[in-house]
Amino acid sequence: MNTESLGTIFLNAALVNNFVLAYFLGICPFLGVSGAVKTASKMGMAVMFVMVISSMCAFGIHTFLAAINAPYLQLISYIVVIASTVQLVEMFIKKMSPSLFRSLGIFLPLITTNCAILGVALFQTNKGYGFIESVVYALGAGAGFTLALLLIAGLREQLNFADVPQISKGTALTLFIAGILSLCFMGFAGLGAQ
Amino acid sequence: MSVLGAIAVLGGLTFLLAIILIIANKKLYVYEDPRIDTVEDMLPHANCGACGYPGCRPFAEALVLQKSLPGKCSVSSDDGRKAIAEFLGVALGAEEKQVARLACAGGTNVAINRARYNGIQSCQAAALISGGGKGCFWGCLGHGDCEVVCDFDAITMDEHGLPVVDVDKCTACGDCVEACPKDLFSLQPISHRLWVACKNLEHGNAILEDCQVACTACGKCAMDAPGELIAMKHNLPVVNYAENHNTQIPIQRCPTGAIVWLDDNGVAIKGKESAPIIRKGSRSMGSS
Repeated sequence: MNTESLGTIFLNAALVNNFVLAYFLGICPFLGVSGAVKTASKMGMAVMFVMVISSMCAFGIHTFLAAINAPYLQLISYIVVIASTVQLVEMFIKKMSPSLFRSLGIFLPLITTNCAILGVALFQTNKGYGFIESVVYALGAGAGFTLALLLIAGLREQLNFADVPQISKGTALTLFIAGILSLCFMGFAGLGAQ
Repeated sequence: MSVLGAIAVLGGLTFLLAIILIIANKKLYVYEDPRIDTVEDMLPHANCGACGYPGCRPFAEALVLQKSLPGKCSVSSDDGRKAIAEFLGVALGAEEKQVARLACAGGTNVAINRARYNGIQSCQAAALISGGGKGCFWGCLGHGDCEVVCDFDAITMDEHGLPVVDVDKCTACGDCVEACPKDLFSLQPISHRLWVACKNLEHGNAILEDCQVACTACGKCAMDAPGELIAMKHNLPVVNYAENHNTQIPIQRCPTGAIVWLDDNGVAIKGKESAPIIRKGSRSMGSS
């Protein structure tokens, strides 16, 4: 059983081992939906929501599969749960905010294949977290993802008006920033448990 | 744990999730008028924004909700607009065609440059360097930002470095209006024939040093015009199109031909007393 405090788990998932900038999971929306702070924050919220729900489900499934002694069904069950959760979120957003639905575009259904979410489910199982710890871990991972998205979106918004060399405009510049941000987050390395 | 057990577990899980999704789908169902898609397909997909909506789909939604009329789309052909009006059973709402008009006639043959600009060939960039190299501060810089930005190939630069608008191709999307750093373009109904092709705010003949077709603010056009058709404002004649006089009188005594009458193709007709400009080549650099 794990003995970390909840605060440590949260900070560990959000900062020290940030899913995007330290584990390099979920890079696709990190580069794709980071054009505007507003969209990025909504996307972050959606990912965080899916993370928490799928983390809860993953805990339930893990317990159940352990009980019936069939852990080899773990991966496929997680994927099914994540896919369903994303469908649910998609319907919800389409109902609540059609404009957000359109601005998120293809990246909303693509949360399904976002490895950060499957990563949360698998890591928490590996680390042997309990229910509360799992939820906190998922919240931390979601917050870290949102933070990374907001950071790069803010930088990209500012850089829209900056005088950068023609050759580095667009994707190249985004990759530069992503690399530098990742370097910054490396500064947290070693602060918490790996 | 047998294969059958695994199948049962996964089957049960997916069945449960399917039920949740079915219930959610019923609860969160969003009705979208199928006509929106059809109308969107009938629109030109130019997403130019001339209709006042951000793109063709928002415009299609507005059409279906009857908040707008098909005639607002200036890019569709007449048949296209009619087809949409018939499909939705609404009035066509014909709008008068608008075109982009340039408030400058100072090509290289009549206007001088005070400095030679060798930077990025863009008006936006040139305008940043103390307003560009042109003698007249207000005039067209001639690097053709409007030609680049026009999605419909309606703008071409003529041999004197002035943009010429093809009235038939112009859809009044307003891109050139935004692109011009000197704010020389504006959208005008095509029936507005009387046109002041100058934007300089100086008074008197001094401006003629820089441009031979500039408005000197002599006020003859305002004097000759019937009623309140033309008023002088900030040393420029301002035409009050609401007066609705279809007359060419105001252009006749203009000494420089800054106020013109535009024919069907947007070609400027100048008054009899304006000094004829017959020079083919460019004017040299400013008098030193």
